[in-house]
Amino acid sequence: MDMLYAVFIAPFVDMASDPVFLAEVVIGGLLTGIMYSLVALGFVLIFKASGVFNFAQGVMVLFAALTLVGLMERGVPVWLALVLTVAAMVLLAYAIEWLMLRHLINQDEIILFMATIGLSFVLQGLGEMMWGSNVKPLDIGIPDRSFELWGILLNEFDLFAAAVGAVMVAVLAVFFHYTRIGRALRAVADDHQAAMSVGIPLKTIWIIVWSVAGFVGLVAGIMWGAKSGVQFSLSLIALKALPVLMLGGFTSIPGAILGGLIIGVGEKVAEIYWGPLIGGAIENWFAYVLALTFLVFRPQGLFGERIIERV
Amino acid sequence: MATKGKDLGETLLAVEAIGLSFGGVTALAEVSFDIREHEIRAIIGPNGAGKSSMLNVINGFYQPQQGRITYRGRTRRTMRPHQAAAEGIARTFQNIALFKGMSTLDNIMTGRSIRMRRNILWQALYWGPARTEDLEHRAVVERIIDFLEIQAIRKTPVGRLPYGLQKRVELGRALAMEPTLLLLDEPMAGMNVEEKEDMSRFILDVNEEFGTTIALIEHDMGVVMDISDRIVVLDYGRKIADGAPDAVRHDPGVIDAYLGATHD
Repeated sequence: MDMLYAVFIAPFVDMASDPVFLAEVVIGGLLTGIMYSLVALGFVLIFKASGVFNFAQGVMVLFAALTLVGLMERGVPVWLALVLTVAAMVLLAYAIEWLMLRHLINQDEIILFMATIGLSFVLQGLGEMMWGSNVKPLDIGIPDRSFELWGILLNEFDLFAAAVGAVMVAVLAVFFHYTRIGRALRAVADDHQAAMSVGIPLKTIWIIVWSVAGFVGLVAGIMWGAKSGVQFSLSLIALKALPVLMLGGFTSIPGAILGGLIIGVGEKVAEIYWGPLIGGAIENWFAYVLALTFLVFRPQGLFGERIIERV
Repeated sequence: MATKGKDLGETLLAVEAIGLSFGGVTALAEVSFDIREHEIRAIIGPNGAGKSSMLNVINGFYQPQQGRITYRGRTRRTMRPHQAAAEGIARTFQNIALFKGMSTLDNIMTGRSIRMRRNILWQALYWGPARTEDLEHRAVVERIIDFLEIQAIRKTPVGRLPYGLQKRVELGRALAMEPTLLLLDEPMAGMNVEEKEDMSRFILDVNEEFGTTIALIEHDMGVVMDISDRIVVLDYGRKIADGAPDAVRHDPGVIDAYLGATHD
C-alpha cells in the first residue's frame, strides 16, 4: 500500500504543493530537450535525403566542436574560427561524397549504414589526431547567468540555445517543404535511379545535405561543448538523440523537435519526482523506456511518414 | 492507325554496334539502329532479349563496352544519366520508380528539376525570382495533370494509387521534362484492356500534339503493331529485324524467335 502510494500519489502531491518548482523542472526539461532536438535534427536531415541512418552524426558534432576549439586555441578570433569550421564541414561533406557515397549509389541501405559506422571511427581518429584528445573548454561569449522571472529561476544560456534551436528548425522545415531542393532531397531519398532519370544531380544533393548536417552538428557541438566542455563524450550525445528519433520519427523535422521536448521534460520530471524511489540516476535510461513504450503504440513515430505499401 | 504513313524527320538518335556485357554474360552485341524525329519506335523481343538494357544504354544507366551513340548530331562513347536528362531524354521504368511518399503533384514537379534555373541560394530562400519560377513550373505541371486526366489524385501519395494510375503518374513525371525523346519501358505491363487503351491514346497524343519522339518496349503485340511507326526486334542481345510493323510481323526470323523455334 505504501509502495503504491509512493509511486502513484506522492509525486503528484509534491508537484501540486510546489508549482513554482514544478515549472522550473519542466522549463529545465524543455530547454535540455531543445538541445537533444538539435542533435536529432542532423540525423533526420541525412535520413530524409538519403535514407541512411548516419551513425557518424555524433562524431560529426564532436569533430565540428573540436575544430572550432582547436582554431580558437591557436588564437583565431571567434568569428573567423566559426567561418573556417563551417568551411571545414563543407569540405568534409565533399570528401564523404567523393570517397564514400558515390561508390555506393543504388546499394542497400544497410551497406550505407555500415559505411557510416566506419566513417565515425575515421572522423574520431582524424579529429583527435589534429586537435588532441584532452578536454577543452569552449567559450564563445554567450552569457551564462541565471535570473528570476515570476519566481522561476532561468538561465540565459539555456534560453539562447532554445532560441537558436527554434530558428534552425523553422528554417529547415521551410527549406524541406517548400523549395525545389527540398523536393529533390525527398526524391533522392525515395529512389536514386528515378531521381537520376529526371536529372536531379545526386552528387550535388548529397554534398548539400551532408554540409547542412555538418552545420547543424556544429551548432549542436557549440551548445553542448559550451555546457560540458569539448571531449570525446560529446559524440555520445548521439545516444540521447536516438530515443528522440524513435519518438519523433526519422523523417520529420517537427517530430525531432517535439520528440526532443518530450524526452527532455519526461526525463527531468521522472528524475526529480520518481528518481528517489529507486535510488536516482534514472535520467540516463528513462528516455529509452519512454521511447520504447511509445513505439509499441506508434511504430512510425509521432510525425514519421506512414509506410504505405500495396501488397 | 493515324500515325501510319506520316513523314518521319531526321535521325534523332543512332546507336552503332553497341556491345554490353556483365561479367561473362553478353546483354547486347553489335546492335545498331536509329530513331528518327517524331516517330514512335518500338523495341520488342522475347524476355531477356536485351530491350531494357538498350534503354539503359540510351539514357546512360549502363555504359556499353563497345559502340557509339549519336544523339542530336553529337557522337559519344557512352551517355550519363544527368547528361541525358539535361539534353531532353526522359524515361519511365518497367517496375515503376516513383517517389512513393510524395504526392502525385510533387512527383511530377520533380520532372521540372532540370528546367529550374535559379541558383541554390534563391531556392533556399524561396524568395523573389525563385518563387515566381516555381509558380510557372507549377502551371506546366497542372497542364500535364489535366492532359493525363489525373486531377482527382493530385494530392494523393502515389504509394496508395493502383498500379495503372502509378504508370500514368510516371508518364506525367517524364512529360514534365518536356522531353525531345521519351523512353517508355513496358508502359502497359499489367494493365487491363481499358487501361491499355487509355495509355495508347496518351502515347499517340503526346506524339502528335507535342511532336515528342518515343521509343517504347512493349509485349502486347496488338498495341505495338497499332501505334508504332517502326519496330526493332532483339533476340539474345542481337538485332534480328528492323522495319515497318507489317514487314516485321511477317519476318520468318521474328516468328521463330517468338514461337521458340530451335536455333541451330
